[in-house]
Amino acid sequence: MLAARVTRRWEKLPGKNTFCCDGRVMMARQKGVFYLTVALITGTCALFFGFECPYLAVHLSPAIPVFAVLLFLFVMAVLLRTSFSDPGVLPRALPEEATFIEMEIEAANGNVPAGQRPPPRIRNVEINNQIVKLKYCYTCKIFRPPRASHCSICDNCVDRFDHHCPWVGNCVGRRNYRYFYLFTLSLSLLTIYIFTFDIVHVVLRSMDSSFVLICFFTLWSVVGLTGFHTYLISMNQTTNEDIKGSWSGKNRVQNPYSHRNIIKNCCEVLCGPSYPSVLDRRGVMLEAPPATTTAPVKSTTPEPQTTKTTAPLIPNEHTPEDVKPSIDTTSDKTCPASEDEKPHLSQFPPLASPDTLEPAGAH
Amino acid sequence: MTKCHSGFSALPQFHNLQELRHSASLATKVFIQRDYTEGTVCKFQTKFPAELDSRIERSLFEDTVKTLNNYYAEAEKIGGQSYLEGCLACATAYVIFLCMETRYEKVLKKISKYIQEQNEKIYAPRGLLITDPIERGMRVVSFFSLQSDVLNAVEVYKSQTAVTIITDGEDTGLPERRTVRLSFV
Repeated sequence: MLAARVTRRWEKLPGKNTFCCDGRVMMARQKGVFYLTVALITGTCALFFGFECPYLAVHLSPAIPVFAVLLFLFVMAVLLRTSFSDPGVLPRALPEEATFIEMEIEAANGNVPAGQRPPPRIRNVEINNQIVKLKYCYTCKIFRPPRASHCSICDNCVDRFDHHCPWVGNCVGRRNYRYFYLFTLSLSLLTIYIFTFDIVHVVLRSMDSSFVLICFFTLWSVVGLTGFHTYLISMNQTTNEDIKGSWSGKNRVQNPYSHRNIIKNCCEVLCGPSYPSVLDRRGVMLEAPPATTTAPVKSTTPEPQTTKTTAPLIPNEHTPEDVKPSIDTTSDKTCPASEDEKPHLSQFPPLASPDTLEPAGAH
Repeated sequence: MTKCHSGFSALPQFHNLQELRHSASLATKVFIQRDYTEGTVCKFQTKFPAELDSRIERSLFEDTVKTLNNYYAEAEKIGGQSYLEGCLACATAYVIFLCMETRYEKVLKKISKYIQEQNEKIYAPRGLLITDPIERGMRVVSFFSLQSDVLNAVEVYKSQTAVTIITDGEDTGLPERRTVRLSFV
């Protein structure tokens, strides 16, 4: 008897992510800079623990290295959580949903004369009394929700897209922005901590201060980044919106997501609920060996007939013509005794097909 | 109780709605979109679509969508419980999320139970099924109608060791014929 091989959804996901641990870990393709980040943090802390802590523990207090260890562990934990978690990737529309959206666009645009470019695919929504434009993503075939953006490096639409961070090896979006912020904040604290005790050590022992210099430069960049993100959080903006200038300028829309209160904005971003991942990575996909009664054990996956992956613009049939006849013949072959067992179910009427919709004002 | 290795068990009862749902891909689908008027909170439009006019009563449909919206509002509420969960998790460097279920995940379980119950009681008798929005990236609630020839295909597996199922190809989304061999132990 054969057992079907289990394939998880992450193996077939589009986009340029890499997955580890059977789909539990999700990162961008380029991980080099991430390894550098880990190496720099671990290396600096190792030097601190190796060279300075013995002296400081004995001459000042043993609490100093203990607190440094705790802080270092916290930094690594939030770094790994930022890097390994799903940033809020929006799954691409399956062809039926894509087709439905295409039909709505066609209905809204009406007849475009030949030779003219069709109008851009934009949907206007009113959010807190401001008009926000939702853009259509041609890759994912969806209208992007507000604040979502398409990351070209990972080739995914990400909800509440902030930026793609090579240091962390992942996009920063709705689900991991909090961890990213805590990473920059705790890394700033760790760097300031090490820097301070470096200076203390140097002063106490009158030793050379080259190590202090490295810390100094790292410190300013990390502290600067933390400051920038603190500002963004207090205004409830993303890096993406800030760079594009979405809410700044006189004639632009004011930020409709801000509560106009710094405390409320910070609470929403930092103390809000932990959003679940909507990207199914570990779901099992049905794979099957071909249907023969005497088939030997096969480990390769079968290839049922599939047609092209892009959705047609206005379909008349949801089933491609070449698949339909083969469905009937195969079911006859494999289920010869089923004819008398087929129950007689009442025919449910189909839903109104797309062609019966009125061209304008249907929705 | 026989158990097969292909990922779903041979069920003694008919009308297992999970299997019907996976197989009913030949039918037309209607998608209820998100309502963004209150921002990025998860909320679906309660406007009754024209295609469902003859299939379901308006009030039942609106009840379902409003209840779903209430569930999502409860999950995303920023209040005492979410602060507590956030602070506790932060204090443990988020390691606690490896063992604990978040409040949102608990509400999602409630939602999928609710949807299953609605399907069994209200929608399947009218020949419709709802999919859980989480399976579509929380973008849409989709309604689709069941066709009788698809129901036949599912019924067949009860007595055979191999069955042809018509499912959505997960990468193409187009109906695909898959033949699954069930092994019983």
